[in-house]
Amino acid sequence: MAHGTPPTQLTNPLMRWVEHRMPVFAFMDQHLNKYPTPRNLNYFWNFGSLAGIILVIMIVTGIFLAMNYTAHTDYAFNSVERIMREVNYGWLIRYIHMNGASMFFIVVYIHIFRGLYYGSYKSPRELLWILGVVIFVLMMATAFMGYVLPWGQMSFWGATVITNLFSAIPVIGPEIVVWMWGGFSVDNPTLNRFFALHFLLPFVIVGVVILHLVALHTHGSNNPLGIDKKGPQDAIPFHPYYTVKDMFGFAVFFVFFAAFVFFAPNYLGHPDNYIPANPLVTPAHIVPEWYFLPFYAILRAVPDKLGGVALMFGAIAVLAVAPWLDTSKVRSAAFRPVYKILFWVFAVCCVVLGWVGAMPAEGIYLTIARIASAYYFIHFLVILPILGKVERTLPLPTSISAAVLKQGSGMVAGAPAEKP
Amino acid sequence: MAQHGGHQPNHGAEGETRRDFLYLAAGGMGAVGVAAAAWPFLRSWSPAADTLALASTEVDIASIREGQAVTVTWRGKPVFVRHRTADEIKQAADTPLNQLPDPQPDARRSAAGKPQWLIVVGVCTHLGCVPQGQRPSETRGEFGGWFCPCHGSHYDTSGRIRRGPAPKNLEVPPVTFLTDTSIRIG
Repeated sequence: MAHGTPPTQLTNPLMRWVEHRMPVFAFMDQHLNKYPTPRNLNYFWNFGSLAGIILVIMIVTGIFLAMNYTAHTDYAFNSVERIMREVNYGWLIRYIHMNGASMFFIVVYIHIFRGLYYGSYKSPRELLWILGVVIFVLMMATAFMGYVLPWGQMSFWGATVITNLFSAIPVIGPEIVVWMWGGFSVDNPTLNRFFALHFLLPFVIVGVVILHLVALHTHGSNNPLGIDKKGPQDAIPFHPYYTVKDMFGFAVFFVFFAAFVFFAPNYLGHPDNYIPANPLVTPAHIVPEWYFLPFYAILRAVPDKLGGVALMFGAIAVLAVAPWLDTSKVRSAAFRPVYKILFWVFAVCCVVLGWVGAMPAEGIYLTIARIASAYYFIHFLVILPILGKVERTLPLPTSISAAVLKQGSGMVAGAPAEKP
Repeated sequence: MAQHGGHQPNHGAEGETRRDFLYLAAGGMGAVGVAAAAWPFLRSWSPAADTLALASTEVDIASIREGQAVTVTWRGKPVFVRHRTADEIKQAADTPLNQLPDPQPDARRSAAGKPQWLIVVGVCTHLGCVPQGQRPSETRGEFGGWFCPCHGSHYDTSGRIRRGPAPKNLEVPPVTFLTDTSIRIG
């Protein structure tokens, strides 16, 4: 579509005037309406738009929380309690925000595993995948700093433990930690800077999400078959087919989300965070939020401070290079019988890591954590490179439409080929 | 977009279709949903429960002698409590209503049955400054009440606007006499 050409004959003179100077309507038509999307996407492809809507919900609720929050060690805890008890609907806004963090990670973890199963990270979508990993890292930083703000016991000791990770850096580690704290322990300067960054980072995430979408729309979505679109018969326009499907996904997901917000708002949290921060007493069982548990398990599995920290960050870094570690030319696990099994072994490994991350770091749990941590890296560093070379993959269909419509005729409602 | 299910009499006189109806129904539901979701956020700006709990102020007026005035805070604003002299009461009561930009008899502004007590919100009705006249050292304006230094509004001994840009008399808050020497504002 040439720039400046109205997508349809715009009749409204104001729209024509705008379009001539800035082709927003052509842009929207191209990316939200006509955007050719594989016709065979299953419900796992809903989780990208779900992550997007949660990001919006988190920003909106977060801004309204910030209007009532006081970033000072003397007032933070009470200002959060005031939101819960005094501010109109403050309890609702906070519970949406609090559970929204968990929802965000649930959705993004499913989104990531969908990418791993269907090989969405492979050429030409490596950069799309890396941008996704960047979003994931930013999300973790944002979630961690947000958890510090209520200034409860878990906030304080979580902040202490996580910032102390950086003391593992050789030579300059201790100075870096003092620099991050702005003092000699987690205190008011730390709380202030964490609040500022917690406000800033979501907007950085928005920026990277835009890049993620630019990369996505360059080659379009991958699909359950993992083969490229070969013609218009393989695609359907984004609107109404996937707008409606995404909306339906939102509706179903909001029911799940609301069930937590209204019936179990503190189920995913830790009761100790309703005790005001006390720098003199560490809670007996200190665990991070559930979404950090697998990484926490890897950290504790290594009997060496620097090694544990390095492996924990390495577990995320190894995701980013997955496109080059996986040597298989076939994207989708549907045509990789061995990978399909090993994918699920890996998924179970991640769940096991999450489970032992919540358990005491001793005895059998430590052994399990070590085995699972080792397998996590073996999957990426050994299995993916070798399997791609030795696996006998199943024959790929000739096209999406051939596989989906059996006869490959494309004579189905909505195929762009039918449109005048 | 292609039309589906060609068997039904789809195209009405105005060209309405089943799809138009679905668009409107879905859009309507969406609008209701967005409005419902927006409400808690808009409502969160209204005064919170702890703010409303501080919405009334109790004042002990036993120590205010005749001719004296004190300023108390009510809902974050100054409230003037003046123990008027007989002269001031007479002056306020004798003013013909046709000389007032915002005509109000003094009896409806001072405390019921206790004309010596005048309690008004100390915020000029022009643009919200606090008028002078509470301290002995301050000017009370040409009418013996209050004078707003910002734009020169003169109020009389009943807190009524007499001259200057202010459009209305000083606001009289709801006042309850708990005892003869104790009042609740708000």
